[in-house]
Amino acid sequence: MIAPAKPDLVTVNIDGKEIAVPKGTNVIEAARLVNVDVPHYCYHPKLSIVGNCRMCLIEMGMPAVDPSTKAAIMDPATGKQKINWIPRPQIGCGTNVSPGLHVKTLSPMVKDAREGVMEFLLINHPLDCPICDQAGECKLQEQATGYGRGYSRFIEQKNVKPKRTQLGPRVTLDDERCILCSRCIRFSKEIVKDDVLGFVDRGSYSTLTCYPGKKLENNYSLNTVDICPVGALTSSDFRFKMRVWFLKQTNAIDTESSVGANTVVWSREGVIYRITPRRNDDVNDTWLADSARVLFKAVKASDRLTAIKINGTDGALDVAVNAAAELFKSNSAPGAIAVVGSGRSSVEEQFLTRKLADALKASTQLVSRVGQGDQLLISADRNPNVRGALVTGLITALPFGELTGLGAQIDAGKVKVIVAINEDLAAAGLTSAQLTKVSVVYLGSHFNASSAAAKVVLPTLSPFEKSGTFVNQQFRIQKFFKAVPGPVGATDDLMVLAKLVTAAAGLTLPAEINALWKVIAAEVPALGTMAFANLPETGLLLDATPFAALPFAEGETLHYKPAQPAVAAATA
Amino acid sequence: MAVITVERKPLTFLERTYLPQIAGGLKTTFKHLIAPKKTLEYPEERPTIPDGYRGVPTLVMDPNGREKCVSCQLCEFVCPPKAIRITPGEIPADEPDRAHVEKGPKAFDIDMLRCIYCGLCQEVCPEEAIFLQNQFSMSGYTRAEMVNHKDRLYELGGTLPDAHFKWDKKKAAEEHGNTH
Repeated sequence: MIAPAKPDLVTVNIDGKEIAVPKGTNVIEAARLVNVDVPHYCYHPKLSIVGNCRMCLIEMGMPAVDPSTKAAIMDPATGKQKINWIPRPQIGCGTNVSPGLHVKTLSPMVKDAREGVMEFLLINHPLDCPICDQAGECKLQEQATGYGRGYSRFIEQKNVKPKRTQLGPRVTLDDERCILCSRCIRFSKEIVKDDVLGFVDRGSYSTLTCYPGKKLENNYSLNTVDICPVGALTSSDFRFKMRVWFLKQTNAIDTESSVGANTVVWSREGVIYRITPRRNDDVNDTWLADSARVLFKAVKASDRLTAIKINGTDGALDVAVNAAAELFKSNSAPGAIAVVGSGRSSVEEQFLTRKLADALKASTQLVSRVGQGDQLLISADRNPNVRGALVTGLITALPFGELTGLGAQIDAGKVKVIVAINEDLAAAGLTSAQLTKVSVVYLGSHFNASSAAAKVVLPTLSPFEKSGTFVNQQFRIQKFFKAVPGPVGATDDLMVLAKLVTAAAGLTLPAEINALWKVIAAEVPALGTMAFANLPETGLLLDATPFAALPFAEGETLHYKPAQPAVAAATA
Repeated sequence: MAVITVERKPLTFLERTYLPQIAGGLKTTFKHLIAPKKTLEYPEERPTIPDGYRGVPTLVMDPNGREKCVSCQLCEFVCPPKAIRITPGEIPADEPDRAHVEKGPKAFDIDMLRCIYCGLCQEVCPEEAIFLQNQFSMSGYTRAEMVNHKDRLYELGGTLPDAHFKWDKKKAAEEHGNTH
């Protein structure tokens, strides 16, 4: 018989508060559970422990026992078991909890130790906070304020080191600010397995460098900027652009692949400045690919669609919807209309797309985007939401290859109208000759061959300008929020789709996301218990068993193992 | 409500003639006729501005004629009416005099229709680059004219003496270098 797994808990006492924590937890994490802050620089929950910054010094002790009899020694003054305190401070990051461990984080010795460490760290620090991009989110700033001495005794000349070393195409190093915590080195070595960084020279001349002939140019290099506790590693793109305290943070999801990495979009007054990872221990830990951080550049791109076009002339939304309705009506034979949905659309948009396809009795397809996965945070399927289309019933089989079937139907003269939702039909395998044979109703955010050929063009929003949900490769439904308003002339996808459904079927569906979710919950059994507002920030796992037989393209990535590795490898 | 009856005394004979009052009034008139004048022929004559006066906010240069502002945007942050707007920029690495400063404002606008002359920008500036100086009158025909751009702010601010020479010290340390 297999015994049920026992939670291996250890009771520790931190600043007089007792707490039971899992075995193997270190003191920093245990203290975090009782809301005690143990300041640290080099410790990172997802990296190995080196204990070289010495900031997390704490005082610790164990209950006293008689060495010979093992009987507890009582303290007559308090009536409790005596605690043998270790006379020197210990590092919290490298100390794992043990039963009965007592920790003091506020004692005079700890305070002294922290002040001493802060003083050493600040000796050669340039204190150029007015210039430094990290100001406002800098651990050195915060902890100098919280735990520092408050004044400097150092009157000698500070070390001068290079201020703008290019470590790679996206990372700039300011050597003077570096406190030698080695987080970036450990990240490169342990997470990306691209061991390019290291320290050279000794003592206060120690400098972070790349190994000769190498560059920090892997697709995860900007994570070193995120985990740098000071302003030493800066993003060349974000450098000197905007102070972080002006930026509004909006939770979002990376649309680059089906991993669905959690992100934060930082914007000010409708302009996005940067994208950083958001911790989700079940999806992306605290990491994000560099390629995911430049996606916001498409928001202000010059090829954004901002004018509703009907046969090439500008018009209002209702006129365009009516023109589309005319097209639908004049081609009412079954199979004359095809809907090309998108694995980049949100679950809500895919639901409305399905409603539209149902109303038009149209065939539906998705455009497949399969690339090479990097086994970390970019999976082989570059559509963020193919599983959403499966869950909402937009498709029943996985998209595969180019739209050759649709092309053949056009050539045969069966399909007369195509509703393309954010997908370029030319890029998906239709020839320009085939595009001229059909009337295209195009919904999309950017200009492409399909929007140029379309009879009706309805500009819609980019993923940064709307809220919604994606279902990632683990069948985890995760929500993202509108970070910036859309450009003038573009309409919310949900609004356009709802109007098209109304025009096609006379059925009125809500275009507001919370109201729409009531309809989705009623009609999609897998989402029946959910509401948009109630979805947790870390996402919710859906039941994947109905789709277990499908040959998904993804290989193994961080926190994901494909159910059928053989099939996945064959299709990838 | 209590009513207090105020006793009104009848005027004396002298008071009834009004002569003492007329004489007193004329005395004041003649005194001011010969006293030194208190008014100014503004705008030809300008008042002396007391120390610590909070006039129009301006940007100042250091004694070497270099801009002091490093565009940290603290003034923009602290400004209660949001009158300040800064676009930060990088100082190119090949600029001989200021390359080690790294950062400076690409654009610096103060909307004088919004400014309330509170002086918080001067107080918060870590580089002592923004000062509310003696200039007290701002006028213009359009709203756009009332926005002081970077060049106008430096023109108004001029150069102020510097007690720290922070960047000179930094450059000296850089050239001296605690290198091996």
